[in-house]
Amino acid sequence: MVYQPDRSQYPQQRADGSLDIDLESGKYLKLWQGPQHPGITGNMSLELTVCGDEVVEAKTHVGYLHRGFEKLMERRTFIQCFPIVCRICVPEPDFNEYCYAAAVEELAGIQPPERSDWIRTLILEMGRINSYLMFLGGQAGSLGLGVVAQWSTYVRDLMLDRFEELTGARIYHMFILPGGVRGDLPEGFQQRMEETLKEIERTLGDIEDVMFCNAVFKKRTVGLGYIDPALFNPYGVTGPNARAGGVAKDVRRDQPYLIYSQLAFEPIVGQDSDVFARADVRRRDLLLSIDLIRQILAGMPKKGPVMAKIPNVLHWKIPPGETYIRGECSRGEYGYYLVTDGSGYPRRVNVRGPSYTHAVALLERLIVHVNISDVAGLMVSLHTYPPEIER
Amino acid sequence: MSIQDLLSPFTAWKNLFRDPVTIQDPFNDRPGSERYRGFHKNDVASCIGCGTCETICQNAAIDMVVGEGEPTGAGDSGLRPRIDYGRCCWCALCVDICMTGSLTMSNAYTWVERDPDAYRFTPGVDKKSWDNAPLGYQRAESHRLAPTQRVTMGEVAPERRIGSFEEIVQGYGVEQARLEADRCVSCGLCIATCPTHMSIPDYIQSVRDGDYEKGLALLYETNPFSNVCGRVCTHKCETVCAAGHEGEPVAIRWLKRHIVDQLPVEKYRRIIGDPKPPTGKRVAVIGAGPAGLTAAFDLAKMGHSVVVYEAREKPGGMFRYGIPEYRLPYDAMDIDIEIITSMGVEIRCHNRVGTDITMEQLHQEYDAVLLSIGLHLGRSTRIAGSDHKGVAKAVDLLRDIADGKSIDVPKQCVVIGGGNVAMDIARSMARLQKSTQGEIRVTVTALEDLDHFLADPEEVKECGEEGIAILDSRGPQEICLDDQGQIIGLRTWGVESIFDEQGRFAPRYNPEDEQIHPADRVIEAIGQQSDVTLLGEALTEKLAWNRGRIAVDGQGRTSEGWLWAAGDCVNGPDVVHAVADGHRVATDIDLMLQKKR
Repeated sequence: MVYQPDRSQYPQQRADGSLDIDLESGKYLKLWQGPQHPGITGNMSLELTVCGDEVVEAKTHVGYLHRGFEKLMERRTFIQCFPIVCRICVPEPDFNEYCYAAAVEELAGIQPPERSDWIRTLILEMGRINSYLMFLGGQAGSLGLGVVAQWSTYVRDLMLDRFEELTGARIYHMFILPGGVRGDLPEGFQQRMEETLKEIERTLGDIEDVMFCNAVFKKRTVGLGYIDPALFNPYGVTGPNARAGGVAKDVRRDQPYLIYSQLAFEPIVGQDSDVFARADVRRRDLLLSIDLIRQILAGMPKKGPVMAKIPNVLHWKIPPGETYIRGECSRGEYGYYLVTDGSGYPRRVNVRGPSYTHAVALLERLIVHVNISDVAGLMVSLHTYPPEIER
Repeated sequence: MSIQDLLSPFTAWKNLFRDPVTIQDPFNDRPGSERYRGFHKNDVASCIGCGTCETICQNAAIDMVVGEGEPTGAGDSGLRPRIDYGRCCWCALCVDICMTGSLTMSNAYTWVERDPDAYRFTPGVDKKSWDNAPLGYQRAESHRLAPTQRVTMGEVAPERRIGSFEEIVQGYGVEQARLEADRCVSCGLCIATCPTHMSIPDYIQSVRDGDYEKGLALLYETNPFSNVCGRVCTHKCETVCAAGHEGEPVAIRWLKRHIVDQLPVEKYRRIIGDPKPPTGKRVAVIGAGPAGLTAAFDLAKMGHSVVVYEAREKPGGMFRYGIPEYRLPYDAMDIDIEIITSMGVEIRCHNRVGTDITMEQLHQEYDAVLLSIGLHLGRSTRIAGSDHKGVAKAVDLLRDIADGKSIDVPKQCVVIGGGNVAMDIARSMARLQKSTQGEIRVTVTALEDLDHFLADPEEVKECGEEGIAILDSRGPQEICLDDQGQIIGLRTWGVESIFDEQGRFAPRYNPEDEQIHPADRVIEAIGQQSDVTLLGEALTEKLAWNRGRIAVDGQGRTSEGWLWAAGDCVNGPDVVHAVADGHRVATDIDLMLQKKR
């Protein structure tokens, strides 16, 4: 459903641009979706104005998950920020760890060992798989296909087992820290990872059968939430949301970081720029991640240090400077802007979470003219994690 | 849309016949992985209570509390980390930073309690089921959050230094010192151990910050002999340094020296400040060594008028006349002494109490008298031949060298003793031999085996580098003489044990393991004692004594109310202990003088 520039059938606009909605008329209804709602990703609210079962306006309300991470970090030493950053994004925490560590390393002039770069890449791809598995369950669930979430959660749990044995934790891994990573791969890791990847591939085949080759799912999603590629740049759309519209934006290829330049891959792109296309791009991107993990485990140097020598972290001061480190997470471009002032604390840490652009401005625009029962499916299709919005 | 899209979803039904993938806990145990970050464990016996875990914890989940049943001692605060699982985020930075590796985590998954307070516990002290779990998170060998290796100190090469009394240790440059200072974790165990309780972490921080003026002010708060102690302190602080448990201790002594090296003497006085207005009280100090001069410095700062009586030509006491110049250059000690005199302390050299002025006169003329006369008499082994004129005491020879007297350098000499004084005289003799006869023929024989030498390990190492032969576990038996009565060597037996079962000194020898070490001179360096003849018979009688040393109370006051004693003559040889003693008696003397007012 294409965005309608012709607003004649919608409420009149006032001089300040807001809609002239007369709730007393009985024509319109204000409806809150969220903050606790199965159709909302994370805790945020949509204040919907509906006319019949059609949304005529939506306002996003965030703040339910605000924990003030960026401000907290200004009062923590550089090492103390390390356990905090992962909490900015629960399903894919590792990007925070990587971007923060890389930013600190750049400003402090530390070169992490090569092997740690391989392990970091491995972890980021493992995290991407987990994030996509969660998405698939959510996307299917938002349209009533509950079984997919059960399957994807099962294989995601297998990946969490791999995370547990590699990093020592299942959700908040806290493994990538300034200077390198905390430890080497455990004995026999490659083989167990291969078994997990095979199980994920098998499950993805099942998911393809029941979700992507599903008349109901297609009927509900094809054409829903179309994003005009012309909006990508003005709205800061990145990642699968942009790639599903045929724009091959992928930081991994556009500005390779870690060891991505040594891996063979092409960004996954779709064409239709609707909910179905976005889900499909993510499914294929997941398969790409599986391939990348195999490439990483095969190509990784067998020996070598995983941690650089770093100064005493208890009173680590970093010279004045600023940097922006970015990477391609499962939702798009993830970035950390770090400013240091020569003290033992970051002067400013700004997190560029892709959800900020996707879940607020873009969603408010796409949601107009959407049937109320499709709001959840549309929102999930943008793959947003509210903690990123309100760091 | 196709017919396949209608039928395909029904393939989900095939899962009806699959086994469930869930694990039913607690009926099926699912152990955590090998490095899972579960619940904390602490090996309380190796934990030193340094508190770095508490410092690094960004959740403030760790409090250092008194560990029940954990003895407090040197290098152990007796505190143990108590962890609040209402705050902990299991990041394990506490495990990573732990200086001894005592803090680890088990791979236990679940812990169920009814009492919420139970989740605030002291690992290791409060016994838990997972205390002996073999698996769980431990810091990887290579994973260190603070550098473990000391920045190498520049030293004059053995072949060059042996030719002169040039100072061996060259001192850190600014960047080297900053790197070394960076290693300190500011736990403060060193403060508790240092006899004079210097603010070590704070002055190390001032090195990191490059704020040397602040550093000097901190040094002078507790020690007016930082030039001296920065070179020859026995550095008990480094022995207990937290960094020394899994790496090398922070070079605290060299950092202290670095601070004083960075500032010109002219700045010292402004940083230290001026003395208080005169009180009119007069104090006499006997002996211008570290204890006496420290007390004099403190008392002068308090506004009292202090006169120091020194028998020798120059002030400095044991550190001028007992420590060779290559370890402690005279210029360095002169700086410290100059600052002390600039505070108004009058030092009367060549003024031997007992000869030039009597104790009774001092008692009459001054409000208080401090005795800090050091240990200038060498002890004798009393073996056969030890009264020969060719047998010398190390302290006498060191004093003669310091005084610039010409020494009759032996062609070959043997030193008896394994302490720092033995090393000092052996190395001094080696230098004199090198400059007079070109070759070094010095042998050190010690009762102790090498692992239990009383001398600092670096002293022993440097002796070896300089070509001095060190023979351990050798007990002296006789000075061997030839027909003309000239010394030809020292006869020793191998040592089987030094102490008896009660721990008393009672060496046992193996006579079959006999050696004769050729020498034309034997030097005894087996300990020193005070020359207390200055007291005079009456006072000696009156004073209380403790095993040959003057007995003092906790404040350094003798049994005579007007007389205090401090330093080596009371405590045995140790510069920093003497400094601490000086502070203690100065405080007590000041208290007494205030009461008198």
